[in-house]
Amino acid sequence: MLRRLFVIFGLVVLLAGGAVRDSYADDATLTLKRLATDNYADIELGIAAVAASGLPSAEAVLNALADSRLSYRSADKALFFKDASGSWIDAATNTMPAEQPSGLKPVKVNNRVRRALEAALGSMTLMAADPQKRIAAAEAVFKSRDVNTLAALESVIAKEQDPVVKRHFEEARAAVLLLKVDAPESDRVAAAERLGERGDQDSLALLGAVSEANASANTVVAAKLAAKGISRRLALLSTVQNAWYGLSLGSVLLLAAIGLAITFGVMGIINMAHGEMVMLGAYTTFVVQEIIRTKAPGLFDWSLPIAIPLAFCVSALVGLLIERTIIRYLYGRPLETLLATWGVSLMLQQAVRSAFGANNREVGAPSYMSGVWDLNGFQITYGRLWIILFGLAVFVALLGVMKGTSLGLKMRAVIQNRRMAAAMGIRTPLVDALTFALGSGVAGIAGVALSQIDNVSPNLGQSYIIDSFLVVVFGGVGNLWGTLLGALSLGLANKFLEPIAGAVLGKIILLAVIILFIQRRPRGLFALKGRAVEQ
Amino acid sequence: MITFFIRHFDRTAIGFVTTLLLIAVVVPLLNLVVPESSAFHIPTYLVSLWGKYLAYALLALALDLVWGYCGILSLGHGAFFALGGYAMGMYLMRQIGARGVYADPVLPDFMVFLNWKELPITWYFFDHIGYTLLMIVLVPSVVAFVFGWFAFRSRVTGVYLSIITQSLTYALLLAFFRNDMGFGGNNGLTDFKDIIGFPVQAASTRATLFALTSLFLALGFLLARAMVVSRFGQILASIRDAESRTRFLGYRVEHYKVLVFVVSAAMAGIAGALYVPQVGIINPSEFSPSNSIEAVIWVAVGGRGTLVGAAIGAVLVNFAKTWLTGSFPELWLYGLGALFILVTLFLPKGIVGSLAVVVQRMKGGSAA
Amino acid sequence: MSVDLTDSILYVDAVSVSFDGFKALNDLSFVVGRGELRAIIGPNGAGKTTMMDIVTGKTRPDNGMVIFDGSIDLTTRDESAIAALGIGRKFQKPTVFEGQTVEDNLLLAVEGPRSAWSSLFGWRSRVTVDHVLETLSTIRLGDLKHRLAGSLSHGQKQWLEIGMLLAQNPKLLLVDEPVAGMTDAETEETARLLTSIAGEHAVVVVEHDMSFVRALQCKVTCLHEGSVLAEGSIDAVSANDRVIDVYLGR
Repeated sequence: MLRRLFVIFGLVVLLAGGAVRDSYADDATLTLKRLATDNYADIELGIAAVAASGLPSAEAVLNALADSRLSYRSADKALFFKDASGSWIDAATNTMPAEQPSGLKPVKVNNRVRRALEAALGSMTLMAADPQKRIAAAEAVFKSRDVNTLAALESVIAKEQDPVVKRHFEEARAAVLLLKVDAPESDRVAAAERLGERGDQDSLALLGAVSEANASANTVVAAKLAAKGISRRLALLSTVQNAWYGLSLGSVLLLAAIGLAITFGVMGIINMAHGEMVMLGAYTTFVVQEIIRTKAPGLFDWSLPIAIPLAFCVSALVGLLIERTIIRYLYGRPLETLLATWGVSLMLQQAVRSAFGANNREVGAPSYMSGVWDLNGFQITYGRLWIILFGLAVFVALLGVMKGTSLGLKMRAVIQNRRMAAAMGIRTPLVDALTFALGSGVAGIAGVALSQIDNVSPNLGQSYIIDSFLVVVFGGVGNLWGTLLGALSLGLANKFLEPIAGAVLGKIILLAVIILFIQRRPRGLFALKGRAVEQ
Repeated sequence: MITFFIRHFDRTAIGFVTTLLLIAVVVPLLNLVVPESSAFHIPTYLVSLWGKYLAYALLALALDLVWGYCGILSLGHGAFFALGGYAMGMYLMRQIGARGVYADPVLPDFMVFLNWKELPITWYFFDHIGYTLLMIVLVPSVVAFVFGWFAFRSRVTGVYLSIITQSLTYALLLAFFRNDMGFGGNNGLTDFKDIIGFPVQAASTRATLFALTSLFLALGFLLARAMVVSRFGQILASIRDAESRTRFLGYRVEHYKVLVFVVSAAMAGIAGALYVPQVGIINPSEFSPSNSIEAVIWVAVGGRGTLVGAAIGAVLVNFAKTWLTGSFPELWLYGLGALFILVTLFLPKGIVGSLAVVVQRMKGGSAA
Repeated sequence: MSVDLTDSILYVDAVSVSFDGFKALNDLSFVVGRGELRAIIGPNGAGKTTMMDIVTGKTRPDNGMVIFDGSIDLTTRDESAIAALGIGRKFQKPTVFEGQTVEDNLLLAVEGPRSAWSSLFGWRSRVTVDHVLETLSTIRLGDLKHRLAGSLSHGQKQWLEIGMLLAQNPKLLLVDEPVAGMTDAETEETARLLTSIAGEHAVVVVEHDMSFVRALQCKVTCLHEGSVLAEGSIDAVSANDRVIDVYLGR
């Protein structure tokens, strides 16, 4: 008897469970059916309902709607969505039906529906397991500012453990509350303050929208205050960013110009082919990378460290060749040397053009030089960072050579008083040759660095030669610090003028300033003094 | 006055001027009068090509004046050439009137394209030839004056000065490339229709322009020559050879330099103005530093400090350029580069200069 | 001692100049009267050439006054202006224009309008040409007037440079080591020449050749380490102990 009761009980439970499931399923189907219409207003409401329903397929359905993959069967208003493979899935059961349905009408979206979708999806993922997803959801709400999400926000804020996620939720809430005309004043003031703390352009825009027309006096004051704080912070950020760019440009100018400064200081000549030495270094990098790409792709990250000494050697050798065959015979005639080296530059450009073609060549960045480090809005690209460090390293190395090696000593002697140096037994022709080779070699190294930030073409040298000249003219010769200061100042000045006057006008202004500066100090920032320095 | 010329004009000078006057007459004759079938006929395109060479020769002359005689190696003289060229170009653009693509009687095509409603102030009066001629001379002169005043007063010389002149032309290059400057942007000014009523493309106009260029070259030569044989020229040479010493003799070196620089710039401007109608276009690349540096090699090849040499050098090198870029384009840049190197190493006096030395030695003249 | 400024042609007062830490002139003061002939002696590094650089405007003093002709402050003017005022200088190394003839060198130097305009349109006047011929005969280079200056001997170049100085007709001549590299006979000639032009012109001569200085028979100033060590007649100065110590030797 008892056994028979259990079985009946079990059957009843099963049936009841089935019935509950069925009715549950009925509820789900009903909710989903609300989306099976052409009426946008109804679709909007349907979205909210689906989002709140807690249905397991809710997210998939709403995503499908956003992608225009959601359709309904006009006959029974059953909902289907297409999955990644292109087959239709039954929205109610979240499974593929036995046969693919036909006679489907797509559920349409307009902008309002889209916004509602965003808000709904956003509020759903507010409770996602992945904190990144929750943050993304918060940002979506921040953008949409949909008041319907307020309740959801309050509940997740109360439950949130992760402080970073919580902050995002609070900012999202602030965004909604700030412009909610019927929200209590204290809430809106608090919202203004919160947005001020967030401190970005979007917050600034929101705060700017607050006015007498839509808020109380206190709220307006709070908003203005917060906005001012943000503006100040953004201005500071902009300055720091420009300083960073200026530093970066300065390091590039330093690398390009320092070889020229050394050659000019020791030999008193301007090497018009200097830009081509840089270009050769860049092409060396290209060749190294090509070889690595085909022979040993795993070594790609090592391509730059391999290219650096190679580029140095290539450019130094070419420089030595130029010095021995041409410049040596034009000693004491700087203007003629200028012309002869211009001729060399033309020939080198044409040679590279014939060998590698006139178009830009691909030089890739190794992994450690790609990517950005975002410090609270201040962007530091790794590539630029490496170049700045590299530039400083080259500078320090050259300083070491000048101050610490015998060649450096001889070079300094020749810079200060060539005839006296010769009289004391220093072989000035040898010093000249080695100096020119060193200057060219450094230019080659610069080319390796520049290949990372500029196009590698036969004209690469031409774009840096005039700037290098100006660095040398401005910084003075005979002293590496002059070149460093000259390069950094010109880089910074250039970048700070750019937002005000535009790139071209900024350059022109800089040129005019340098010409006027030369009035006061014809020998540049760090001029050599003394009677022996007669040019 | 006549005695001055007789006293200071040697055979080279007389020969040069006579040749120029002759070709100013003969070439147009051989183009316009002699029938096309004849072997002596000179086709119109050659007339303009040679006119271009002569305009370059005038530029070279101007450069030789400051470089050969005063030691100022200007690597930016192309800027003055281009400024004069642009002035002429602006006049020619205004002359197009309603015949342009957009058929606006006042605004040139590129301005209509940029949606400009009225002529910018820099273009006022450029429909008058008189104003244009004034500007051709005035604009390069003023730029040269301002630049020279600052540069020479601060005693910048030698390589530093050359770099600064290069920067000047580079800055102008950047400026004229901008569309909003109102000078045609990177397309420049072109599609000219007529000049003082005469159609620019007509053979007679071209022949006249050629003759004018030859004439102006002769005039430029006369002016330059008069300057260099006078006391002014003697002081210029002293400045070139020993600037400091010249100062100690009481001469205001800056004034001399500025004066010769301004005259040279005006000459270059005129050369540019003669060049533009013959080539039919002016664009910002005329400001490029490489153009200016090429002008230097013309003077170097011909012979700096000889005036005649500069003109000859310009014609020779450009002739070679036309020939090489036509037949072996790849070789041209190698050739030009090699020219720079070889001339500075082996032919520092240039062709005419070296010839002069040879002639002197043959005559047994005083040691040079 | 108080000196009437207007009586002197050159009034140097407490002038100091240093180059990169080295004090070339240290509180230097001396006065040259109108038409006076003065010899400046002293060891190397005493500041003789630097003193000339200051007077002619090549270098600016760090402090001190340099007054010319009683009222003109030379420290504010540059080389051309000072030369135009009437101060001529002959350099230690001959700096004639090697590429020009002897006659042309003198034509360049001869006094007359210096402005750029006038040189474009001015013609050589009879006066100028005569002056040049006169100078040529004074310096005994009349026969060589069409020779290139670069082909002259060292002594001849020195004379040409002195000639250029004379042609300028300055109120004050600064002559830096005029007889270096000259023969005895030439040295005597030079002494005679300089003595003869003194009176109408003030002449300041820097020299090491003591017999030449003696032949000048004028007041001698001895410089040492940037300031005046002794001043007086040649005998007085040569007998001065300190001068003997630092310069003349025993």
